[in-house]
Amino acid sequence: MEDDWSGRWNHVKKFLERSGPFAHPDFEPSPETLLFMRNVCKILVIGAGGLGCELLKDLALMGFRNLDVIDLDTIDLSNLNRQFLFRVKDIGRPKAEVAAEFINTRIPGCNVIPHYAKIQDYDESFYREFHIIVCGLDSIVARRWINGMLIGMLKYENEELDQSSVIPMVDGGTEGFKGNTRVILPGITACIECTLDLYPPQINFPLCTIAHTPRLPEHCIEFVRVLLWPKEKPFGDGVAIDGDDPHHLKWIFEKSNERANQYNITGVSYRLTQGVVKRIIPAVASTNAVIAAACATEVFKIATSCYLPLSNYMNFNDTEGIYTYAFEAEKKENCMACSSIPQTFAFSETDKLKDIIDYLIESPAYQMKSPGITTSVNGKNKTLYIQTVKSIEEKTRENLKKTLKELELVDGQELYVADPTTPNSLTFRLNLGSKME
Amino acid sequence: MEGKDNTNVDKNNKYDRQLRLWGDHGQAALEIARVCLINATATGTEILKNLILPGIGSFTVVDGHKVLGEDAGNNFFLTKDSIGKSRAKVATDLLAELNEDVNGDFLEEDAEKLLDSNPDFFSQFSIVVATNLCERAISKLSNHLWSKNVPLLVCRCYGFIGYMRLLIKEHTVVESHPDNTHEDLRLDRPFPALVQYCDSLHLETMNSKDHSHTPWLVILFKYLQEWKKQHNGEVPKDYKERNLLKEMLKKGMHRNEEGILENEENFEEAIRSINTALVPSKSSAFWIMARALKDFVENEGEGSLPVRGTIPDMTADSERYIQLQQVYRKKAGEDATKVSQRVQKLLQSIGKVGLISEHEIKTFCRNAAFVRVVRCRSLVEEYDSKSIKLQELIPHLDDEEQDDAVFYVLLRAVDRFYEEYNAYPGWYNDQVETDVSKLKACLTKLLQDWGLSLKIKDDYIHEICRSGAAELHTVSAFIGGVAAQEIIKVITRQFVPFNNTYIYNAMKQTSITLEL
Ligand SMILES: [Zn+2]
Repeated sequence: MEDDWSGRWNHVKKFLERSGPFAHPDFEPSPETLLFMRNVCKILVIGAGGLGCELLKDLALMGFRNLDVIDLDTIDLSNLNRQFLFRVKDIGRPKAEVAAEFINTRIPGCNVIPHYAKIQDYDESFYREFHIIVCGLDSIVARRWINGMLIGMLKYENEELDQSSVIPMVDGGTEGFKGNTRVILPGITACIECTLDLYPPQINFPLCTIAHTPRLPEHCIEFVRVLLWPKEKPFGDGVAIDGDDPHHLKWIFEKSNERANQYNITGVSYRLTQGVVKRIIPAVASTNAVIAAACATEVFKIATSCYLPLSNYMNFNDTEGIYTYAFEAEKKENCMACSSIPQTFAFSETDKLKDIIDYLIESPAYQMKSPGITTSVNGKNKTLYIQTVKSIEEKTRENLKKTLKELELVDGQELYVADPTTPNSLTFRLNLGSKME
Repeated sequence: MEGKDNTNVDKNNKYDRQLRLWGDHGQAALEIARVCLINATATGTEILKNLILPGIGSFTVVDGHKVLGEDAGNNFFLTKDSIGKSRAKVATDLLAELNEDVNGDFLEEDAEKLLDSNPDFFSQFSIVVATNLCERAISKLSNHLWSKNVPLLVCRCYGFIGYMRLLIKEHTVVESHPDNTHEDLRLDRPFPALVQYCDSLHLETMNSKDHSHTPWLVILFKYLQEWKKQHNGEVPKDYKERNLLKEMLKKGMHRNEEGILENEENFEEAIRSINTALVPSKSSAFWIMARALKDFVENEGEGSLPVRGTIPDMTADSERYIQLQQVYRKKAGEDATKVSQRVQKLLQSIGKVGLISEHEIKTFCRNAAFVRVVRCRSLVEEYDSKSIKLQELIPHLDDEEQDDAVFYVLLRAVDRFYEEYNAYPGWYNDQVETDVSKLKACLTKLLQDWGLSLKIKDDYIHEICRSGAAELHTVSAFIGGVAAQEIIKVITRQFVPFNNTYIYNAMKQTSITLEL
């Protein structure tokens, strides 16, 4: 290869051209493997943030050459304490582009293609091009979406899974000093939705506490953010809070302080205000390095078969000493994404449509964000409620208050649910009569 | 808080995500730290990268090697153009460029030679990190630094195995930031102000709004008093008794006219909290405060630590929640003052008045239940076959499920191999097979020296020879992350470092910590 130099791949080759007692049973030592990595294997890195920067470096130095990276974010000053491909001069530029430029310049022959876009901007034909997909995301919704996409791409012949339609997904996540790495073989091992209960639902303070009985500094900040801002419109009508605008933050900080003083609550600080308003998750270079490295090692194992991949989940925490725990997360028998078991809803005729919506949002098994529901009556599509399109929301809002009986929904009726957490709508069978727990 | 000048604002924003973990005082400690790296290997530069990004004060690279083709292949901070040049210089230049707040320096010299000619060079640093150093050099270096009280972290990546050894005589931690803590509520031994406050509230005469917004702490206190009256002053001892107390609480909840329980969240919280709330209570500046703390516990504390002074959030109206919070805070303040008086007396007696600030004492008291001391054993103790803690190793040596400790033994055998043949087993493609038997001989001798008659499976020997001392970038990056984090713990004196040997197995994504 034109860009290579003597000794470049010496370290990696020891594992590609020699076999060992712990190698994958299918492993065949051969110089061909490096050629496959260099010339054929295509990997998609989702996210060019803390994990993404590390992943690109790690994969490139392990010998992968054809890397695509997708990220919709631009660079912010607060990224620089860990996203090491970015400098002060890059602030404001798209992360994917700067990351790709840096890697392509530093590592000769590497071909990182940036996509300054949302994952939802691409369809199956894009994702099908890749041999392995690695996620370094901070969003659970995005993770669930790509998981749904990969499962939707599986092909079955006589109920047998066509192995060639499986695109392995390696997923990393970090928060402070904690992190995890997992390997998902869609349709074969536990998927993101199978283990949804591992992601705790976001904690929201009850509105009545915020409004009437604040006790913590966070309650005061939430009061200003949720109730006072829309009322006082400090920067004009219709101006939403911009967590990156220091004027906005200063106003919220001062008003929160006033409220705290009123109730003798201590501890409202500018940093806390910023943290609550922007829902900031603490992040540090070291944890990102650890988790990205573990993910990249798994990609290397999957691509080369030099060892068996992780089966299938590793937890990491280095607050006290260094703790790792590898275990096999189990497939959920009736997983809404990867099982073929139809989902059922048990409600009674007197329940309202809003009860179904609330259930989809609050249930730990679904944790949806803004579900929309349609159904089919006499072969015709009927929209019951859709939140994401304003005009339809207005037209269907009335339905929320109606009972299932008033909406003429019958036992056994199929409801189609769409949500940002999944690229494909889900079918639920309505079971009227007994209400579930 | 907003800074006073521009650079300060920038740093607050730039480091915001980590300041939320170790605070401004942790950051200040990082910014004056001086870190020395021996050998700019892939592992070494990854460690430094993860220290430069969060903003350590300065780093110095000591390395006498020239960049080889394979170095430029696995190290992000060496390039193709740098092959043949000084590894120390090239790595320093490319690392320094990561963060303009950090000063970088290098010395193109072999670490072992430098250690012979000018050992005190290494004593000037906050911590020294050594990568890919042979056993002989590590011994020399660790002996010197141990005597000078400079922490040393030894790191090595060998194929799919990562290794770290921390050498620090004594490391004390006040802010250990435990993940799960029991609240410190003193319900089993209430202090007078708490009794007084709870007694000032009367559940029986409250209207339903006040009843359902009385903090559960007060409710539990009251029912506990009732329980103690009926049980010779004892608190519920076991699961069964705690359930009976729960029943009592349930009976106390308000009912509406139809006799159906009102939705009283505070009572629900009280019932949920019974199990955890009834857990029984229990340089150097650190040791002076520890002594004062001990004296406090034996005297004013009547057997208990100072009250921590925090309560969890609970359903309540703002007024009474804040009042209750004040009761705990005030008591914590009083306890801290008593500890402080003892500290001042001790300082006077040793002529060090002013050594410890009130703020430090308060922090110490607040963390009294979580303060930690880490004392590592020296390398001399580990390398001596009579004092190495074999009992840490032995249980893992025939455990196929958790076999990471076996790789420690193998790496020690590799060191013997290197001493004898001046090369690593499996380094050359055509010698893998012959090296297997040589390494096996080294391993047998090592086990003999330790007086162990157990057998280690040949598979491990073959695997180590397969890897031929390769340094894989992703393994280096993993160790680069954990090593940097341990160094940050040592520098900031927050969180708890590992003690003292860490083995990472990338084949299985498992790891083990051994105290050798
Ligand atoms: Zn699933």
